[in-house]
This record gives sequence, structure tokens and C-alpha cells, in this order.
Amino acid sequence: MENLERAEAWGQASSGMAYVFRPSTPSGLQAVFELARDTGVPIGLRGAGRSYGDAAMNSERILVDLERMNRILAWDPASGIVEVEPGVTIEQLWRYVLGDGWWPPVVPGTMFPTVGGCLAMNVHGKNNWREGTFGKHVLEFEALLPTGEYVVCTPERDPELFHAMIGGLGVLGCFTRIKLQLKRVHSGQLDVLALSIPNMDAMLEDMESLRDDWEYLVGWVDCFAGGRGVGRGQIHAANHLDNLADPSPTQSLRLDHQDLPDTFFGLVPKSILWRFLKPFANNLGWKLVCLARYLMAKRGHGHRFKQSLAEFNFLLDYVPHWKRAYWPLGLIQYQCFVPKAEASEAFVQILRLCQARGLPSYLGVTKRHRPDDFLLSHAVDGYSLALDFRVTRRNRQRLLALAHDLDEIVLAHSGRFYFAKDSTLAPESAVGYLGAESIQSLFALKARLDPDNLLQTDLWRRVFEPLSIREKFHNRAESQTLHSPS
Amino acid sequence: MTATEADHQNALLSRPKALLIGASSGIGAALARRLAAEGFDLALVARRMPELEALCGELSQAHGIRALAYAHDVQDTAAAPSLLESIARDLEGLDLFVYVAGVMFPHDPDAYDTENDLLTLKVNTLGAIAWCNPVTLRFVRAGQGQIVGLGSIAGDRGRRAIPAYSASKAALETYLEALRNRVTRSGVTVTTIKAGQVDTDMLKNAAAVRGPVSAERAADMIWRAIRLRKQVVYIPGRWALIGWVVRHIPSFIFRRLNL
Repeated sequence: MENLERAEAWGQASSGMAYVFRPSTPSGLQAVFELARDTGVPIGLRGAGRSYGDAAMNSERILVDLERMNRILAWDPASGIVEVEPGVTIEQLWRYVLGDGWWPPVVPGTMFPTVGGCLAMNVHGKNNWREGTFGKHVLEFEALLPTGEYVVCTPERDPELFHAMIGGLGVLGCFTRIKLQLKRVHSGQLDVLALSIPNMDAMLEDMESLRDDWEYLVGWVDCFAGGRGVGRGQIHAANHLDNLADPSPTQSLRLDHQDLPDTFFGLVPKSILWRFLKPFANNLGWKLVCLARYLMAKRGHGHRFKQSLAEFNFLLDYVPHWKRAYWPLGLIQYQCFVPKAEASEAFVQILRLCQARGLPSYLGVTKRHRPDDFLLSHAVDGYSLALDFRVTRRNRQRLLALAHDLDEIVLAHSGRFYFAKDSTLAPESAVGYLGAESIQSLFALKARLDPDNLLQTDLWRRVFEPLSIREKFHNRAESQTLHSPS
Repeated sequence: MTATEADHQNALLSRPKALLIGASSGIGAALARRLAAEGFDLALVARRMPELEALCGELSQAHGIRALAYAHDVQDTAAAPSLLESIARDLEGLDLFVYVAGVMFPHDPDAYDTENDLLTLKVNTLGAIAWCNPVTLRFVRAGQGQIVGLGSIAGDRGRRAIPAYSASKAALETYLEALRNRVTRSGVTVTTIKAGQVDTDMLKNAAAVRGPVSAERAADMIWRAIRLRKQVVYIPGRWALIGWVVRHIPSFIFRRLNL
């Protein structure tokens, strides 16, 4: 009772109460696992709580917040191999290694998630088609299983477990030690190109032609644009500078060069910028903001400039507390991944349906991806479209119905989904994209590693628990028919 | 566009959750029906399980909500915190807590029955405190929630026919007032219902019946008080005036009245 706290989805559209524990050492973590085994109350794992939906929530049960297990255990500046505890944040990591000329090979759009969380969700960056997901760069990890055992995994030694626990939503075990290979950088600057894009076809075509010469690609979509301009927006492409291109690499690799400016136009403190966004956070106001942004993008077409690594990669941190513009009921994000041949058609259908329902997305982002070997993989050889939706008191039901209809479009185009963002996916849709076989392997692993089903999250109970119950029921029915005397 | 049951499992569309103590009959059962009609998921607590289960079946059928039954005797105050934990887990949260459990023994001018009097205080007051404390802790941590306690106009003055009942309700009302003052900064609402005569089984034990309202009418008025986040509400409303008069009758007159 004393540990009862409120835990929110990062998008703030849902929240719940949980019994929160914050161990600072592996033995502390073991003690919480023991408590769960003794009481039978399930445990959920939470890093920085940066998943948009319910992935890091475990309402009315035990929630282990891993942010205090945040030590960097070993660092070798010669090889770029770092060993960290799961609560180390991406920010902590890059600040620690940048001075030695290294950078995490894959970073999400914000620097605040923990490494453990990035691994449980197997996050990607703006270079997914080149570098793969975060898990691709893990050399080895150690994890505590709900039974109290430790396992050490490498991609070679135990590929099945390695590819299931990474992206395993934190329901198979808790990472306690993670060894990562970082990427060599010669400059703290990126060479950035900005292009304005008239529609979705052009967006994906341009990304396709840019991807050979550029290491990072990200597209912004004006989701309000209709007619022939559906999918219009802007592409930012970026490359690391090579050995010679940065005249003063020792300068640009210093941390103070990376710090994001704390004022906007040198005048408005950025910490209060969200207050200026708030009045526009409605369908008309945001349409104007998007239009203005598109016109600015048009003026800046072909503009080439230098940006610091942090500024380019952590775009979402540019306006601090931006989610407060969605106050009081928050936002949800809907992200889908569609193979390249059908992506444009699917994305146009999606954007048009949102507009037709009167539920335009306030922020649309496209990225390029490639498939990978992880069990619960979200990536395809194609593109993703991420959409932010404002939640209001009156639109909840329509929003959920819209999300289900978007799922149909995505599944019809052999698309996939991503649990770090998800708040709406139905169990059937999860089977639809992961396939019954993957789900069965997941359940088999879960039964082996966590026989008492002690590791759970709200997401697990929403999407996977119903499938697991159905499967058990199905199995029992089958074995009964097999054994029934005929 | 109608939302399916699976949609209501989604936190985005989840229904509000209410816990009622003393829900098997009378005002409690009527309020359960009213809250079910308003789309609440319910946890109903009482001693009599068969009645509770029948009510839960009826409500989940009629309104498509989740209604769960728990057997519990409010005299078992030590059991309240852990039962609250498991109820919150089963309901997946809690937004509204209502304590309507109460007893009133028939008036007997010659009896001074300690056992009955203590039981009255245990059920009406001590049980309420045992539940309100852990519920309040939860609501304060959540920064939201509403607590509703059922007081009585009998709590306004010491009534000759029902000393223990008067005292139990007066104590409960004072406790609720203090609780309200204590949590008002944390976004938690505490509502005291001061009921006049309501047509329930308890009324059979009343010394005199003066124009009672039906349990359904009482439930409507309690729901209104919940919706408007009222602090103190008399039901029926006209009793607010009567209550004011009763509170201000000087003792040298009051003790000679047949109230």
C-alpha cells in the first residue's frame, strides 16, 4: 500500500495506479521478483516510461522502475564497446562516450528512454534501413528471469532467446547488464539537407533515391493537406562528417557544442514554448501551423546546413514538454510499417480516412526500414508512417474505431505495428501481422522462462493475454478430442 | 458506431469504476442500479452473497458493465485494506467509493442494549473508517477520486429513540468532514449524504414514518450529488431546511419534543 503510485502512459491518454519499486542493484531487483513469487502479484518493468501507450504500465500490480539501476559498468574507448545497466538513458550514454568520438549507432527521436527500455521495445532510428534496430548492436546481455535464474545471451550462442528477449516487451525477463557496440564518429556535426515534398508519392520516391547517399532520413508529413497534396511535407537527410570535413572535430565533439539552444529565436525560453503551441492545438489552429511549416519548408527547399548530432537526432526534445500542448487528455500515436511497393497507396488511404473522419493527425512522420530477425519485429522492407492524435473527451470512441479501421488498411497491405507506440491494437490484428507461428513461439518461450506468468504489463494483458487464454483453451479442446475414446 | 466489449478493455475507453459497501439491499442496491445505468463498472460488497450475485448478474446483463460481488463483513476491519487491493486489481482501478452499510435497531423505550449499540457503531462508523482510510490513501496518491458516505439527519441531534444510531452517524459525518478538509488540496472529493427517511428495510425499525422517499429516488439524488461533486447533501432536499431548524432548536425545548 505504501508503494502505491500513479503511473501514466507517456502520451497521458491513460494512467493507472501501481505498487512501484525502485531497486538500485540486481539484488534489489531479485528481492522484488521474490516478493512477486511469494504473493503471486505480477510484475511489470518500466524504464523511463517513454512508451506512448501502456507498454510500461502494470496497473494495480507491481511495477519495477529501473531508472535507479543506471550505472555505466565498463567503457573501452579503443573498441567502442560499452557495458551498461538497463536504467542508463540514451542521454547518459551519448554524453559519456561522445568525447571519445563514439555515438550510439541507433537512437530514437528522444534521448530520454533507457537502454533497457530501448531493448525491450527494440527501437529504431532515422537510419533503420542501414543500421537495423537497437538490438542489432547488442553484443551480449544478461537478464534475470522470473524464476530467479540469470541468463547470458549473445546472438551466436543462443539466437532464439536473444531474438525473442530483445523486443520481448519486458515479459520474458529483466535485462541487468547490456553490452553494446557503438559507432565511431569523427565530428559532432551532421551534414543536413532539407527538401520540400509535394505529395506522398514524391516523399517515398525521394527517400528511395536518397537512401544510397545519406545515412539518416526522416520525412515530416502535413496531415491536413488534401487533394493532390496528400502526404506533402519535408524530408531531412543527414550524413556524419568524415575525418576531414569537420575543421574542428575536437570542438564539435564537446558536450557544450551538443546542448540544444534553450531559447527560440534567442528570445522565447523553450521551456514555455508548449504554452504558445497550446492555443493552436485544435483542428483549425494546427492546420495553420502545418501550412506555415510547409510554406517555410518550400522556401528552404534544397537548403544544406550543419546540425549537431543531438539536435538532429533528438528532434522530439527540441520543444521541451511538447506533449503538454495536448493537455488535459493527452495524445496517442499510431505507427504502421508497410512494404515499399504498397506504402504510398496505404499511407494515402490512411491520411484520407483520418481527414474524412474529422480526426486529422497533428504530426506525421515517415521513415525507411528493413526487415530483421527478431521474434516480435515491427520492421519491413519499406516505410513507416507515425501519426499523433489528440485525445479529447468526445473523440475517444471515434479514435479507437478509426485506429481499428486503419489496422485493416495496414493488414491488407501486409503491414506491421510497433508496441512502443501502440495504445489501440486488438489481439486479432497482432496475430494478423506477427502470424500464429511467432505468437506460438512467444507463448512457448513465455511458458518456459516465466511458467507462473509473473511478468506482465497492461499491454501484455490487452493484446497477448486474450490470445494466450484462447490458445490454452484450444489446446485443451484438441487434446480432449485426441484422447476421447471413439 | 458502438464500442464492443473488447474496446472497453482498452484504457482509452475504460468505464469509471465504483466500489459500494453495503450494496445487497436498500439504498446500496438502488445506487448500484443507478451507477450501472450510468456506465460504471461495479464492485459490490456485502455479507449476503446470494443477493449480491443475483444483483451483479442482473446489472451486467442489463447494462453491459462488469459487476463483481465480494462477501465481507464490515466488522472485520482488518480485512479491508487487502480486500481493497484485490478489488482494485479485479476492477483495474477505482474512481468512486461509496459506503452505505448501516444498521438501525428498533426503538425500545425500556432497553439499554450495549451489544446492539456497539454493533451499530461498528457497522455504521468503524467499518466506514476502516474502508475510507485505505481508499483515501489511494485517491490522494492518484490525485483524483470521490468518497461518498451515508450520514443521516439523525446525526444532526441526539435523538431519544436511537442514541447509538445518532451517535454513529454524527461520528461518521464529523469524520467525513475532517477527511474532506484533509484531502481537499489533492483533488479528492468527499461527499456526505444526509438521508432523511428512505423506504427500505431499515424504515421498519423507525419509531415514526414521515413521508419517506423511495430508494430509487434516493439513489437518483445521490447520483446527482456524485456528479456535481457536492460536499453535503440532504435527501430529500427539503430536509435541508428541516435539518437547519432541528439543529437550532434549543435543548430545553428539543428534549421535550418527540423527535
